[in-house]
Amino acid sequence: MAAVHGDVHGHGHGDHHPTGIMRWVMTTNHKDIGTMYLWFALSMFFVGGTLAMGIRAELYQPGIQILEPELFNQFTTLHGLIMVFGAVMPAFVGFANWQVPMMIGAPDMAFARMNNWSFWLLPVAASFLIISFFVPGGAAAGGWTFYPPLSVQGGLGVDLMIFAVHILGASSIMGAINIITTILNMRAPGMTLMKMPMFVWTWLITAYLLVLVMPVLAGTVTMLLTDRHFGTSFFNAAGGGDPVLFQHIFWFFGHPEVYIMILPAFGIVSEIIPTFARKRLFGYSSMVYATASIALLSCFVWAHHMFTVGMPVVGQLFFMYMTMLIAVPTGVKVFNWTATMWQGSMTFETPMLFSIGFIFLFVIGGFSGVICAIVPIDIQVQETYYVIAHFHYVLVSGSLFALFAGAYYWIPKWTGRMYNETLGKWHFWLSMFFFNLTFFVQHFLGLAGMPRRIPDYALQFADFNMVSSIGAFGFGLTQILFVYIMVSCVRSGEPAPEKPWEGATTLEWTHLPTPAPYHSFETPPVIK
Amino acid sequence: MSSKLVASLAGIFGLALYSSMAIGSKYNLPEPQNFIAQDVYDQHIVLMWICLVIFIGVFGVMFYSVLKHRKSQGYKAANFHHSTSVEIVWTVIPVIILVLMAWPATKTVIAMKDTSEPDMTIKVTGYQWMWGYDYLQGDGEGISFYSKLSTPVAQIENKEPKGENYLLEVDNNLVVPVGKKVRLIITANDVIHAWWVPALAVKQDAIPGFIRDSWFEVDNPGIYRGQCAELCGKDHGYMPIVVEALEAEQYAEWVAEQQEKLAAEETSEKQKLGLVDGSIVTNEKS
Repeated sequence: MAAVHGDVHGHGHGDHHPTGIMRWVMTTNHKDIGTMYLWFALSMFFVGGTLAMGIRAELYQPGIQILEPELFNQFTTLHGLIMVFGAVMPAFVGFANWQVPMMIGAPDMAFARMNNWSFWLLPVAASFLIISFFVPGGAAAGGWTFYPPLSVQGGLGVDLMIFAVHILGASSIMGAINIITTILNMRAPGMTLMKMPMFVWTWLITAYLLVLVMPVLAGTVTMLLTDRHFGTSFFNAAGGGDPVLFQHIFWFFGHPEVYIMILPAFGIVSEIIPTFARKRLFGYSSMVYATASIALLSCFVWAHHMFTVGMPVVGQLFFMYMTMLIAVPTGVKVFNWTATMWQGSMTFETPMLFSIGFIFLFVIGGFSGVICAIVPIDIQVQETYYVIAHFHYVLVSGSLFALFAGAYYWIPKWTGRMYNETLGKWHFWLSMFFFNLTFFVQHFLGLAGMPRRIPDYALQFADFNMVSSIGAFGFGLTQILFVYIMVSCVRSGEPAPEKPWEGATTLEWTHLPTPAPYHSFETPPVIK
Repeated sequence: MSSKLVASLAGIFGLALYSSMAIGSKYNLPEPQNFIAQDVYDQHIVLMWICLVIFIGVFGVMFYSVLKHRKSQGYKAANFHHSTSVEIVWTVIPVIILVLMAWPATKTVIAMKDTSEPDMTIKVTGYQWMWGYDYLQGDGEGISFYSKLSTPVAQIENKEPKGENYLLEVDNNLVVPVGKKVRLIITANDVIHAWWVPALAVKQDAIPGFIRDSWFEVDNPGIYRGQCAELCGKDHGYMPIVVEALEAEQYAEWVAEQQEKLAAEETSEKQKLGLVDGSIVTNEKS
């Protein structure tokens, strides 16, 4: 019960704010904004998920049944864009908004109004993406990587997508600047950098990556826009440009982007494992260095997405070696988590289950990552279902599982209510089963030679595609359970104890009441 | 009742999955048809074994811990939280493993890139949505044709039963002799495509306005199928590649046949032109 002493005075005056819808439109409170980010991400997750269900329904059997090829391409393109920019990234920013101030003992984010702005850009961008399905010519259909010259061929949908990416990029940059400033300037007295919780560290590094690469993406989509409409030829060989240039610039953004989506997941898992092992995180400083070196290396590996464009030998070898090197710090992280669990006193509530599930499946994704790094093998599996399997293992059972883990872990603190543990465990086991049913067989499809982004396939791929589709429908339905668990927790969950997780050691658990008050840490705690 | 139902359903499902996996090639790379593809195949197998060993090591430890170090079993948490020597060990060992993996891969990359001294050269052009082949040099020089999907639309629209090579069949196969080094010069006419035949371990993007090269050799006569591997628009899924490898004599016959056809086409073309010449156009010309 020592948890409540933090800032006894200070909650008094801040609670008057507009009510109803205006509360959410005008809010500058990091908790309100965090909540909006999370609900937004969840709804985009279902939009992107619906597209995925469409894709898997078409691929259930060979032949064209429900989606014509052009519409199928629009589905795959928007599925990727919405999941990356609409679901996973905003969800992590939502966690940062809720948790970073509370974990470093700050009253709010550094730039509260910019925080509001960076959130409210998102629904605008999302509606551009969704509207694009209904404009003449339909949505962008060139894949979420929108390589020219194919993306130059599209109609208004491509322009809407470019505009949406601009807005999303602006939102991310603002969010990242806000997080960097908050972490560097607003830590409680005594919290040195090397005393920060891992989640805060991973977000600090992620935010720097965002500031580095989002402008690059903005630049490249702008070049695409001027190629489309203003007669430039950046990516058009006939005018002296180079289509491959686009891929270099895009992946200079795109590969760090991958780590933008996984580093905060590492952070969440690094908070949860020690809590439920009731033991300090093993190798804290090596975790920090590993995160930093992953981020640094991620800026030098972009062309491993392009091993088939025909680079010179030296280029291929350089990018192969750099990519393989990433396995070293990633391995360090996995070993550290294992060592944290070793001789702990573990319990297995839903957040812990999702964290262990995360490590287990992320490692499989890591293995296929190393295999993809080997140039000769990558040349076989590039642009096949093997790659689809690989990045869903790191993005779904990686980032998404960590997001689930974080949601179960922190929702008692956010709402003062407990989620239903039994249903939470069901959510985990069903997700685990259906996830693997969906994606494990895709390794086989890729090795056997099924290209990605095709609406129809040869007969030898039929069995595994059917298995994969069944898994996908199951996975999709399971996520409705997640919504039910969260909504019923927020509305009518059992009141949470002051400290539901006995092993938790970070400030939000030790220094704040449950639920966390609307304004917290107006007087900073002192860290010894 | 219901548990029986679940059990039998699970049994059926398990059996179905098992029988579908029983066919070997379904869950690995296709049977290699040249030494590069063989290298790739072997390296993939070796890597899988390495991954499996690491996997068992790491998760053996983790799941032992999950089973034994539980609060419910009264296990008290230990207090250690770092060890420099252990951390150095598990940084250095992966580096060594990676070097061992990189070494053979490097040799294969260099071999893949060596397009020097080919026996013949074929230009490959990607179009939305078919392939064009021009035999530039070597046996068959001058032969030139397009290669399009030959699967009937009715099969795609589920109005007819699907054939054995559904979506992997074309009107004109790319015919090559076995045992010859075939250099490909690859480009595209409109958007980026990628020319890929898995059994030959060739995948090279076809980039409009640029020329890339690659090469392959086929050890055994036969038909090897592949597909376009870079999203190229609506019919990306409908531009397969079929390579037909023939023994030297049969290849020579094929070349002769093609050249005859070519000559016949030329004559008929000239005849057509002759007709045209005879009527209106001559007046303007002369």
